[in-house]
Amino acid sequence: MSDAPTTTPVIEARGLDLVFETADGPVHALKDVDLTIRKGDFVSFIGPSGCGKTTFLRVIADLEHPTGGTVTVNGMTPEAARKARAYGYVFQAAGLYPWRTIGGNIRLPLEIMGYSRAEQAERVARVLELVELSGFAKKYPWQLSGGMQQRASIARALAFDADILLMDEPFGALDEIVRDRLNEELLRLWHRTEKTIGFVTHSIPEAVYLSTRIVVMSPRPGRITDVIESPLPRERPLDIRDTPEFIEVAHRVREGLREGHGREE
Amino acid sequence: MTRSILPVLTVVTVILAIWYAACIPVNAQWTRDQAARAGVELTLRDIVADTLGQQRPRLPAPHQVAQELWASTWVEETQGRRGIVNTGTLSNRSLIFHGWVTLSATLLGFAMGTAMGLVLAIGIVHNRAMDRSVMPWAIASQTIPILALAPMIIVVLNAVGITGLIPKAIIAAYLSFFPVVVGMVKGLRAPDAMQLDLLRTYNASGPETLLKLRLPASMPYLFASLKIGIAASLVGIIVAELPTGAVSGLGARLLAGSYFGQTLQIWSALFAAAIVAASLVGLVGLVQRITLRRMGMAT
Repeated sequence: MSDAPTTTPVIEARGLDLVFETADGPVHALKDVDLTIRKGDFVSFIGPSGCGKTTFLRVIADLEHPTGGTVTVNGMTPEAARKARAYGYVFQAAGLYPWRTIGGNIRLPLEIMGYSRAEQAERVARVLELVELSGFAKKYPWQLSGGMQQRASIARALAFDADILLMDEPFGALDEIVRDRLNEELLRLWHRTEKTIGFVTHSIPEAVYLSTRIVVMSPRPGRITDVIESPLPRERPLDIRDTPEFIEVAHRVREGLREGHGREE
Repeated sequence: MTRSILPVLTVVTVILAIWYAACIPVNAQWTRDQAARAGVELTLRDIVADTLGQQRPRLPAPHQVAQELWASTWVEETQGRRGIVNTGTLSNRSLIFHGWVTLSATLLGFAMGTAMGLVLAIGIVHNRAMDRSVMPWAIASQTIPILALAPMIIVVLNAVGITGLIPKAIIAAYLSFFPVVVGMVKGLRAPDAMQLDLLRTYNASGPETLLKLRLPASMPYLFASLKIGIAASLVGIIVAELPTGAVSGLGARLLAGSYFGQTLQIWSALFAAAIVAASLVGLVGLVQRITLRRMGMAT
């Protein structure tokens, strides 16, 4: 990845502010956030809880509305981008409908977006293959493990042609071993689909392993304290995590997190 | 299934035993009076035998009710002068005829109540004004004794020329819409924020959200409501048949029985109503099992 200004910005935030009015007074969830995400980037947002990383992702997705500043997605407002179905969103929980089969769950966005029956079937088969769940189309969610359910929910977000994939701690509830495998799979998927990915996590190794850029955030008010360009190559086997480069990036992330934390404690 | 048979049989046996035991003191007064009038001395055995077999007992014994049920259904229809075998139409003295009158009105009222409940619940979930205004009225409507309301509804509807099945069905709908509203408001709100957000990212419309998320998610709530609703509907019909001069239906049988002190007729009509209610609730349960299994939500 280069910093060349020629690469088109997909997501651009300028002076973004978001204040939630709560019973205990206003909560500054985001303060003066500036960030540009370019096409094909894999950007991770890392920080302690309450740092606004999920809120920022939700602002991009038009699920929250900023109280100040601007944000554009594909050059549009988030609302226009949502209506143009510019992104797929993967939540913390798989959130599959228990009354639909895995295939039926993946078909859900396709039904809403008005794809033909034939195309629905073709796309479901394709994304199931992409997340290595071929043959599970007729199973119900409860028949699958947690990791498989989360893969199905990623397939659901990939089923329609959105260039942006927003993922909110998608592997947070999974154990380390499953998480490693899914991280590897996600990287492979990113290579094959060339999507732009925004990824919220609170795991340093996960952020460093996956991302081309790591955005370190800190809480109260939620703000960006550091943006780290990863020097790691795009091709990343799992054992890259033992290389000095990896450890150095991880160290810088940890430093950034400590700094952000130190200021308020 | 087989595991539940023993407890059920035990409970039934205990109930029957209590019932038989209760018949003796309740009916004994009449037996003693008759004996005193005739100047006969009675042994305990005589009293027991008589109290369990009186023509018009205060409390009929279980076997008497069973006999009456049999006589007023199968025997009446197959051998009775006005039975279906002799006339081709149901006898107006049989519980099959009266049961059908009540059942058909129950089903109509239930359908009307369920439809109304669904419409109100969907409105409450989707419209802020309805959310704030409808529920208090729905609750208030259920605090009015239906016994007081039923005759007025019948009379008013009669005055505008609506007679027959419809007024009774309206009273049943009045009772059965409420559990559907309460259950379905909860059911339609069952999906959590994340599932609603997901549909928002697809830019799904309100009707799509209702159809693809809210309604399927509410199914378990719907069936729980329907079971209460259909039983309430039957109660509504029987109440509607009581004070309104109706000549047919289980409610009319109950009223006629109490006019003429025909306790056997009352009890057999009561049991017929209970059998109809249990069958209806069982039927809803069956539909529930099939539906939820098809939706992959069977337990």
